[in-house]
Amino acid sequence: MQEEQRYQKLKEIVQIYLPDDVSVDNITMDSNFTQELNINSANLVDIVLDVEDAFDIMLENEDMDGMQTVKDALLIIDTKLAEK
Amino acid sequence: MSRVVVTGMGVCAPNGIGLPEFTKALKNGISGIRFYEELEQLKFGCQIAGKPIIENINLNNYFTNLQLRGLNASGVLYGVIAGKDAWQDAGLPIVSEGSPDWDSGVVFGTGILGVDKFREAIYQVDDGNVRRLGSTTVIQTMASGISAYLGGMLGCGNQVTTNSSACTTGTEAILMGYERIKSKKAVRVLVGSCSDSGPYVWGGFDAMRILPRGFNANPYKASRPMSASASGFIPGSGAGALVLESLESALQRNATIYAEILGGNINSGGQRGGGTMTAPNNEAVVRCIKSAVNDSSITSKEIDAINGHLTATTKDTVEIQNWSNALGLSNKDFPYINSFKSMFGHCLAAAGSIECVATLLQFREKQLFGTINCEDVHPEISTMVDISKIPQTTIDFEPKIIAKASFGFGDVNACIIFSAYNR
Repeated sequence: MQEEQRYQKLKEIVQIYLPDDVSVDNITMDSNFTQELNINSANLVDIVLDVEDAFDIMLENEDMDGMQTVKDALLIIDTKLAEK
Repeated sequence: MSRVVVTGMGVCAPNGIGLPEFTKALKNGISGIRFYEELEQLKFGCQIAGKPIIENINLNNYFTNLQLRGLNASGVLYGVIAGKDAWQDAGLPIVSEGSPDWDSGVVFGTGILGVDKFREAIYQVDDGNVRRLGSTTVIQTMASGISAYLGGMLGCGNQVTTNSSACTTGTEAILMGYERIKSKKAVRVLVGSCSDSGPYVWGGFDAMRILPRGFNANPYKASRPMSASASGFIPGSGAGALVLESLESALQRNATIYAEILGGNINSGGQRGGGTMTAPNNEAVVRCIKSAVNDSSITSKEIDAINGHLTATTKDTVEIQNWSNALGLSNKDFPYINSFKSMFGHCLAAAGSIECVATLLQFREKQLFGTINCEDVHPEISTMVDISKIPQTTIDFEPKIIAKASFGFGDVNACIIFSAYNR
């Protein structure tokens, strides 16, 4: 899977959890999930589960702690996919 | 002390969702009790039940897509439909941003919430997959989930809580909201209750052998309150909701007033004097009704109609005896009496609130809705109540005061006195 494809796939997941006043166009590589996209921190748990299902990987607690921005998430996904 | 009136109502019942459909069903004696193949496959003795048909409801009118994601708590669906409809019916705004409405609260009861979600969670946990539960398992399965969902959706900043007292839950919630407004601690309270659907809620009752087993092929005939052939209650589910408001606020807003709450009482028989976990202490029932009448500063003769608890078991006779003793009225002096459980079964924790919504619709319609399936009134009941006082079809009648009671497991009782609003 190409990097752009992975980014699009992640955007589709994140989009579901955006509050009504944040549009999908607001998502960039540098977006912080809770601070900038205003995603409820409880929903980060659900994003992780959706990422696991979409990429067929498993994330550990420390991976979740380091997942602040879209870029962080893509890096973790890349690492996990490389380990497979 | 504030006078308290009802200014909005919503309902999600087995025989109708929303006030227009529900009113039509009640007027025409339309039953919402149906056969469920799932219950047959699971080898239930009673394979019929009352369940709101929400398949045709656009849930996006009530929930965001995110809220609907993984939502598997039928009580939350029913409660939010009824609760938001009631709020809208009252013409009240939804707080958008900034401060909540500090004067508005929620008292919305349930017996058990999110049973199907809890089942999902149990399978995940037992498989060692606790990490896969997601973020909404707690809010869907905590009892107060329903008041939390509603309080957040509407932006209520007063007390937001959930009460639980078995089959008195809904009626108790109304009295709790009433007390809070009366004592000026709130101006408006959304009150009501919900009950989940499904085999995991109803199974325990089937196991107790208190549900009828002989009507699986004939569901509409199964719930037979006050009848000689009553053989048990039909399990139901759904939600009812009422907006209670101080009279002052209602008049200021020029709101539609369905009725006034004159008073009421809640008590328990303490599981003494004949009372048990599952049977009422009759002295407590009589005291509860009597003190509700006293609290309302009326005499029992002023009561035009009663909406009983009347579940369609052989105990209906005892309930009638208790009403007769408490009010000191019998035969032709006994008020009109009906039981809506004949049309939607016993909706458990939601029973009291759904039945109060139905009770209050009678003021607006200037009618008393008939009790179906009691063409063979129990002979012991007809010695206490003249048969003309048990309408089997809807009659034109302008009630001024209606008494409503609910009783529940744990030997708990609640009684409310409603009045048509008099300026």
